[in-house]
Amino acid sequence: MDAPLLETRGLRVKYGNVEALHGIDLAVRQGEIVSILGANGAGKSTTLRAISGLLRPSGGEIRYDGKPAAGIPAHERVRLGIAQAPEGRRIFGTLTVRENLVLGAFTRSDKDEIAATAAWIYKLFPVLETRRLQLAGTLSGGEQQMLAIGRALMAKPRVLLLDEPSLGLAPLLVKAIFRTLREINEQTGVTVVLVEQNARAALKLAHRGYVMEVGRIVLEGPAATLASDPKVQAAYLGGKTGA
Amino acid sequence: MEQFFQQVTNGLAVGSIYALIALGYTMVYGVLRLINFAHGDLFTYGAYLGMTLLTSFLLHDHLGLALALVVLAVMVMGLVAVIGVILERAAYRPLRESPRLSAVVSALGASIFLQNALMLVYGARYQVYPDVLPQTTVSFLGQQMPVMRLAVVLVSVTIMAALYLFVQKTKVGTAIRAAAIDQGAARLMGIDVNKVVTIVFVIGPALGGGAGLLVGLYYGQISFTMGWIYGMKAFTAAILGGIGNIPGAMVGGLLLGVVEALGAAYLSIAWKDAFAFLVLILILIVRPSGLLGERVAEKV
Repeated sequence: MDAPLLETRGLRVKYGNVEALHGIDLAVRQGEIVSILGANGAGKSTTLRAISGLLRPSGGEIRYDGKPAAGIPAHERVRLGIAQAPEGRRIFGTLTVRENLVLGAFTRSDKDEIAATAAWIYKLFPVLETRRLQLAGTLSGGEQQMLAIGRALMAKPRVLLLDEPSLGLAPLLVKAIFRTLREINEQTGVTVVLVEQNARAALKLAHRGYVMEVGRIVLEGPAATLASDPKVQAAYLGGKTGA
Repeated sequence: MEQFFQQVTNGLAVGSIYALIALGYTMVYGVLRLINFAHGDLFTYGAYLGMTLLTSFLLHDHLGLALALVVLAVMVMGLVAVIGVILERAAYRPLRESPRLSAVVSALGASIFLQNALMLVYGARYQVYPDVLPQTTVSFLGQQMPVMRLAVVLVSVTIMAALYLFVQKTKVGTAIRAAAIDQGAARLMGIDVNKVVTIVFVIGPALGGGAGLLVGLYYGQISFTMGWIYGMKAFTAAILGGIGNIPGAMVGGLLLGVVEALGAAYLSIAWKDAFAFLVLILILIVRPSGLLGERVAEKV
């Protein structure tokens, strides 16, 4: 088996004196779509934010491309190929759609290649092209999510971290966005780590998954296995049978 | 009509100086949500450094007046920018993660320190700029006015236009705007926010220092406390335009200058300084977000 592209070992994060992650072991291989599931407050977003460098771990290791990454500041990690579409999208609302995308490519300098990536993103999400001169804050929720994903892709990442891309979106839109995510993964081979509360959609998209509960990983395995696991069904897929 | 014209152009001249200073307040606020209360003192430093450089190098004797003024401006702005960067490193960066109030107190402390340091070096008396500028008048729109008044406005507006283009059109400018909106998201774009803060503490103090030089050259007399009242008025201008908003600071500065000049001319000169703060109070009551400070409501 290949060495994982992205790995955490015993990852711990504290908010003040409260430990939010009690030692998380993740391993994500190149080209995989891995989903992290769990309820509110389970530590999914915290895990993602530690990987992208927005949070400093209090213990454990983060390894990327075979090298320790914990000491690298967030903005440098983007340059190394880790891009994140953060929770709540956090697009730059008073900038135009196009400016948001240009900012996504901040770490890149080849103008032609950047333009090619932008053209590709406009093809993936045509609505972004029609609205490219509009202020991003005036987009609908779904469009903002597309912009957040597109903006992260502008960095030409090797790993794409997605935090709750389905949040607040209509089911049909979630379906469309997740279909596009698969397309992106298949076209570019980009590795995707997807944090989701919408377990059904996430497990349909992902190759493998982890289930988190209060700062720990309680279950992991291939997405199909997780989807048919009675405990997962009961807790996250609205199954009727108890565990 | 004659008086009105003189007062308006006069107001535009002083207003463009407010605007230059206001840009420093508004850019720092935009990125750090901090009112840099020492900014007015950086303006004063510009005025004093300008005087010292002007008298000690006698540039205008060697280079000719126009070139000498350009070299002088570059030197003053550069030096004040260095002071600004040091100020940020020493007084603000260590408090970045602390409560907002700590940084405000630190800013006030830095202001007192800078002001007193200047007084120790130069003494507390008013200082006078050497007379290097021509006193000629030009005809403008059929009215006579001092050529320097026109020059102050033109120089300021040119600098502001350049800044506006820099912030709107360049990659670094876009990074500044992004960091002002959401620092965390900016970091996720690969933007080094510390670098952005440093750039802002180069541009703001450089503009403030340049404004100090303009005041010295234009009015001829400077004092170590002048940064207080200019600073407060520029701060008012920034609020008037919408704090954090760069075109707002420009518009706010020019508008405040004109209001003040007209108020002083037609109502009462004794109340000149009061008009600025009356404007501040009114804007805070009527439109706290400032003239251009309207935020686009973000859908969630």
